[in-house]
Amino acid sequence: MLEIKNLTVDLEEEDKQILKGVDLTVEPGKVHAIMGPNGSGKSTLSYVLSGKDGYKVTGGSAVMDGLDLLEMEPEERAAAGLFLAFQYPVEIPGVGNMTFLRTAVNAQRKARGEEEMSAAEFLKVIRARAKELKIDADMLKRPVNVGFSGGEKKRNEILQMAMLEPKMCILDETDSGLDVDAMKLVADGVNALRSEGRGFLVITHYQRLLDHIKPDVVHIMADGRIVKSGGPELALEVEHNGYTDILSEVA
Amino acid sequence: MGLPELKQTATEARLAGLTLPEGGWSEAARRDALSRLTAMGLPQRRDEYWKYTKPDLFLDPSEPHAALLENEEGMVFGEIDRLKIVFVDGVFDPDASDDLSMEGVTIARLADSSAADIHWAQDIYGVLEERGQTPVRRPFATMNTAFATDGVLLHVTGKPSKPISLIYMHQSESSDAILHHVVRVEPGAEATILENGPAAARFNKCMEIDVADGGVLHHVRSQGRDHERLAVTHMFARLGRESVFKSFTLTVNGVMTRNECVIELTGDDAVAHVAGACVGDGNFHHDDTVFVTHDAVNCESRQVFKKVLRNGATGVFQGKILVKEGAQKTDGYQISQSLLLDDDSQFLAKPELEIYADDVACSHGSTSGAIDETALFYLRSRGLPKGEATDLLTLAFLAEAVEEIENETLSEDIVGRLQNWLARRR
Repeated sequence: MLEIKNLTVDLEEEDKQILKGVDLTVEPGKVHAIMGPNGSGKSTLSYVLSGKDGYKVTGGSAVMDGLDLLEMEPEERAAAGLFLAFQYPVEIPGVGNMTFLRTAVNAQRKARGEEEMSAAEFLKVIRARAKELKIDADMLKRPVNVGFSGGEKKRNEILQMAMLEPKMCILDETDSGLDVDAMKLVADGVNALRSEGRGFLVITHYQRLLDHIKPDVVHIMADGRIVKSGGPELALEVEHNGYTDILSEVA
Repeated sequence: MGLPELKQTATEARLAGLTLPEGGWSEAARRDALSRLTAMGLPQRRDEYWKYTKPDLFLDPSEPHAALLENEEGMVFGEIDRLKIVFVDGVFDPDASDDLSMEGVTIARLADSSAADIHWAQDIYGVLEERGQTPVRRPFATMNTAFATDGVLLHVTGKPSKPISLIYMHQSESSDAILHHVVRVEPGAEATILENGPAAARFNKCMEIDVADGGVLHHVRSQGRDHERLAVTHMFARLGRESVFKSFTLTVNGVMTRNECVIELTGDDAVAHVAGACVGDGNFHHDDTVFVTHDAVNCESRQVFKKVLRNGATGVFQGKILVKEGAQKTDGYQISQSLLLDDDSQFLAKPELEIYADDVACSHGSTSGAIDETALFYLRSRGLPKGEATDLLTLAFLAEAVEEIENETLSEDIVGRLQNWLARRR
């Protein structure tokens, strides 16, 4: 599904290397988690994969279903099935949430040569999905993320994911800013989307999200590299001992 | 005291080819306007309120030229049920116009000087325009009062069931048109006036609006997409007690547009909203000059102007709120913003507040910015192509101004146009 090989990336403005050779393969149907201390390059990895400006790829590759992601525009990556749930979802005053979602769904369908979703069908689907995420009609009408609480913003990200039905989902610290109940709601939303053909890359600081979204593989990232990979037990080890032990062990 | 020589020469040259219409009830006002104009002269670049917009093209004594636009799409407001009054290059077209009778309004033509019982118009024609000359001179409006060849006199006495729609067709590449409208909304009456179309190669239009106590007037206009057209327009509105005046203007294209709006709130609890959205690309200069005077208690005024500029386009905003002594509980708001889509475009803003009352709430703001890259990436990451995402953000930027249109059918028409035009320019 997603294959990253020896990926090295500089921050464009500062000429500073952030990713120093990342190797990672996510298989369809699997949930991979990336954990790591602040500044280890986790978010950078998610941005580079989704095509944000400001990063310079200096080496390596990132391929999704045979497509060279790094050669594609952000919208092409999206249409090909890549989705990033933002750590800080962006507020867009003046653009209605519903309009935004319908435009996005249909833009992707158009790019893939599929028929656009009718207004009636779209309404039916979004109402059902929104209900599952406890997103009320008002939130759908309001401008994208404007005046949303932290939890509402994250639920809105998961709603977008549910509507766009991507193949490869990257969740960048989706647990940040969530209380226990909100986290459960978001995790349920993610779990509902788990399927054989869909891969997940869950980026998080803490193990607690992984209590709800059970990973198949856990990676530890530090200083721009994946330094250790293992099963779910690796997340528990981090929770008990912190990163210091693991990092000194691999150093 | 005489005029500076340059100003006098330029004024004489510009007026040389014009004839003062004679006879009828407006003649005295026209003669008075001409003498006022001769005394003040037409604007020069050095005049304070023409610092950011060169008056040259409006002063040029030679014939203007503007290529006609091949308009493959239907006219703005085309789908809306309205009473149509059509002018072609400034000349009334009775065949294209509807029958001018409608319940709640009496419609007459300015050119028809023998119109009976037109004293209400006589009380307004040139009168509001002259009131609007202090403290800032608006010579092109005075020139209009003197030389206007036609226009409509709208006497709103009830609540007409349909909007009154002034349609300005442009069919001659060298037309130079001057139209003057007079609107009187009687107490408790309510109407909507629509204006659309480029009108002429060069268009000077003035509208004097008198809204009596409890009257309501909505005004929505779209200035036509012809690229080379020139327009200098004025609105002079006087608002009585508990009256409402809401005006919105959309401008897309046009090498030179100057829209002045002068509003005087003279009765307590009156409301005036004036808004504008413009989209300029390349050889485009657009100027909104607004002056709102609060001269009564507990009045509300809003100025909302948004400009999207690219490829070297220029936007100007000169907006003022004057709160006179005694105009307590004034609620004044003014915002002017530009979205600059590249480094070549510019926005020049001069927001002004002048307040002589001590119990008022007035706010004003002016900003210039580029497309929000973070928002753009967010939209693209959801699959919106860059052009489509930029358009969506552009429309969102203009939304605050467009939302000033109360009628949803009208605002949807405007938004639909903007969507098409933006998409075509991508």
